[in-house]
Amino acid sequence: MTNNAETPEDGSVRYDQARYVENGQYEPLLAEKDQTRVEIGDDDDSPLPDDLTRDSLELPELSEPELARHYTRLSQMIYGIDSGPYPLGSCTMKYNPKFTEDVAALPSAAVHPDRSERSTQGSLELMYRLQDYLGRIGGMDAVTLQPPAGAAGEFVGIRVAAAYHEHNGEGHRDEVIIPDSAHGTNFATAALGGYDVVSLPSDEDGRVDLEALEAALSENTAALMLTNPNTLGLFERDITEIAEMVHDVGGLLYYDGANLNALLGRARPGDMGFDVMHYNVHKTFATPHGGGGPGAGPVGVVSELAPFLPSPRVRESEDGASEPSYELFEPDHTIGKVHGFQGNWLVLVKTFAYIARLGDAGLADASAKAVLNANYLASQIGYDVPYEPFHHEFVASAGEQDAADVAKRMLDYGVHPPTTKWPEIVPEALMTEPTEVESKATLDRLAAAFNAVADEADGALEAAPNRTTARRIDQTSAARNPRLSWHALEDE
Amino acid sequence: MLEAVGAATVEELFDIPPAIEFDGAFGIDARSERETRRLVRSMLDRNDTLTELLGRGHYGYYIPSLVDHLADRSEFLTSYTQYQPEVSQGFLQVLFEYQSLLVELTGLEIANCSMYDAATALGEAATLAERVRETSGHRVLVPDRLLEGRRSTLENYVAGTDLVVEEYPLDDGVVDLEALEGMVDEDVVMLYAENPTVRGTIEEGLESIGDLATAHDALYVLGSDPIALSLLQRPADVGADVVVGDASVLGLPTSYGMGLGLFATREDFLRQVPGRLVGVSEDATDRRAYTLTLQTREQHIRRERATSNICTNQAWVALRTAIHAASLGPHGMVDLAKRGVTRAEDLAEHLDEMTGVAAPVHDRRHFREFVAHVDQPAAPIAEDLERRGFAVHVVGEHEIQVCVAGVSDAKLERFVAAFKEVVQ
Ligand SMILES: Cc1ncc(COP(=O)(O)O)c(C=O)c1O
Repeated sequence: MTNNAETPEDGSVRYDQARYVENGQYEPLLAEKDQTRVEIGDDDDSPLPDDLTRDSLELPELSEPELARHYTRLSQMIYGIDSGPYPLGSCTMKYNPKFTEDVAALPSAAVHPDRSERSTQGSLELMYRLQDYLGRIGGMDAVTLQPPAGAAGEFVGIRVAAAYHEHNGEGHRDEVIIPDSAHGTNFATAALGGYDVVSLPSDEDGRVDLEALEAALSENTAALMLTNPNTLGLFERDITEIAEMVHDVGGLLYYDGANLNALLGRARPGDMGFDVMHYNVHKTFATPHGGGGPGAGPVGVVSELAPFLPSPRVRESEDGASEPSYELFEPDHTIGKVHGFQGNWLVLVKTFAYIARLGDAGLADASAKAVLNANYLASQIGYDVPYEPFHHEFVASAGEQDAADVAKRMLDYGVHPPTTKWPEIVPEALMTEPTEVESKATLDRLAAAFNAVADEADGALEAAPNRTTARRIDQTSAARNPRLSWHALEDE
Repeated sequence: MLEAVGAATVEELFDIPPAIEFDGAFGIDARSERETRRLVRSMLDRNDTLTELLGRGHYGYYIPSLVDHLADRSEFLTSYTQYQPEVSQGFLQVLFEYQSLLVELTGLEIANCSMYDAATALGEAATLAERVRETSGHRVLVPDRLLEGRRSTLENYVAGTDLVVEEYPLDDGVVDLEALEGMVDEDVVMLYAENPTVRGTIEEGLESIGDLATAHDALYVLGSDPIALSLLQRPADVGADVVVGDASVLGLPTSYGMGLGLFATREDFLRQVPGRLVGVSEDATDRRAYTLTLQTREQHIRRERATSNICTNQAWVALRTAIHAASLGPHGMVDLAKRGVTRAEDLAEHLDEMTGVAAPVHDRRHFREFVAHVDQPAAPIAEDLERRGFAVHVVGEHEIQVCVAGVSDAKLERFVAAFKEVVQ
């Protein structure tokens, strides 16, 4: 351990992540603890003839205590929101309230999707009420809960736009306009939908350049995809005018809901002129990110687009019973399905619980604190923040430092670093989103980490991280010599 | 804090034009945690408690306690994509081990660390077929009984390409090889088959289907799941190029259709794989370390030229699947699969003994589920069974499908008794 890895005397905590080393390596793979081969078909108890079965299966055979230790150790080698602040810009890493895990684990939530409507009124009611909540929050007329993530929501939006234009005899529209600062999924989704992507440069204030937009719009425009506040945290002030311009050429305006946390209770995409949007519930509504997922990406639309939404949706049925009952229905011009069943149901249960717990006041309070926290944190750090006024996130520039190195060094201070090197319009970007859940004390600690790293020499940064389970990992060799399973390691 | 940022109120920090400001009145009441739990519980209590003999792409196997307790550790739950591998070794190792599990099960060299579900994995396989095709063809062939959710999702995934989805027929529950042979030509870029099939039959012609695909330069995509793969023919041995399916048969209880998309393929398509891949590297101390790799395939780098638009995936479900598989071990997995065969066939025998019932409908071997013919109309039988506490599939006017996965022997006995009463 080098001296410069010591945490400075500035009130920051000293951090050491768990590290197990055995035979010169970190925690062994399951397959290095045991490999047992089961032969199939060489005994009498195989219920199938050999030509319908495999020959054998080789996997680890370990006791329950051995497994409990294996996974407990692995969990200790992970930094999560419960470990400390996680200001990963654009990802809205807010604390995940524990009680939502309990409601999703209710035995009554564990139902099969092919059950009759009559026997699943509880699930249908929850979905109906969640559709309703989300519609109100986004200012949208109709909602589908089916998309299993934000990108899948974008795909629904793009497919709905295609179906709508087709329906109106405008199937020739083959372009989707996307600002250059947008998230990668926007571009990839438009391409998956078969559209040509028209990239839109930002103006010098970091917002949509109206002249460039004018030039990009045409009778070939199917949609413009925007997020607001944009990835710099700036509100697109001209949004009403942008919506008019898009609508004037017959295009649709898509809202990427990744940044809705900034606006809860203060502005609604529907009121801004957006026609279709996704909600990123693992961001805005605090469902856990689970090491990469599952999330959910419900989609809301204005009434004109409702007939095109995926099938089925949930509605109240008019059977005249005293207690309201619910049924599934197929929208008239549905695009069909984007998931085998109803999407990430367990995540939807957590989403419902979070919204029902917070209510109007709690939701508005979340955006207030998210924006205050971002502004406070930015005011406490030495790095330059070129674009203002930002909302729930800001993009600082690491200047002469390499943003990726800054991030590695921040790990040594026991905090998760920001998103780095995106959006590209800020050199060496540090995209920072502290969320509403952090206290002033935590924000101060986070700022101390930023500032300590800002004052350090490149050498210290390049040597980082030191206090994490693994030291700096060589990315190039992983890609040059791909070893993607323990089988690939055996061959070495 | 306001002082530090030079604002008098929080409202000053918002740069929203007055014309589009919203007053915050959604009309959603706040509740205490306890009230919220009560609200959700009372709502979900409206779901009847039924013994589900349901399958058809979603299964409710018993989940060992170990899975919940370990997977609910908050480091697993509250972390995100491993953009900083040095501080995420634990999750990366889990995903690497999950990929390894799928490599063992499929015999293919590469598995990604998750798609959303079986349907989207099938859609991704079709876009892969489009990218790697060696002919100018555009036909994707799928079985005529493909689950509607899979078929429709596939249609959406290929809507932006020149691919068209066509059906080939099944013959008594398995692929009609003769009919298929008549349909396959140079225009076919992908041939999709399932094992077991949606009606629970075990496919007998896997190798011949593979030969057909190879002879016409079509991608051979096989749909299956980790429990079936523990016992049934290994995809690599029948020439599969891609395996898709729902891996959450291990790891998730019935979850209203939530799943985990399995995606495995041959090494040749490494640079064309959709989704995230965890690979091995070394850290500065030369110890083995894990990291997301080959990211130049992905949307955050390659944008509109990415191999997929997926970002947030099903990593935590993959964790659950990996723990469940580990807790079963190879013996447990093979045994579980064997019981899927014997218990389904036992149940079919019991139903077949009843007057007015013939089971299974197909004269084939079955895995975990099967279709029964009933002389009376099927729908009223299912309704009657539901009143008696059992849920079954109605798959035809006189056809009922039942699945034994996760249903205890005692409950199966009671089901047989109830079924008998209903059809008598
Ligand atoms: C701005 C933005 N748009 C879209 C997405 C895609 O959402 P998801 O990861 O849920 O697919 C993300 C986050 O990952 C994002 O930050």
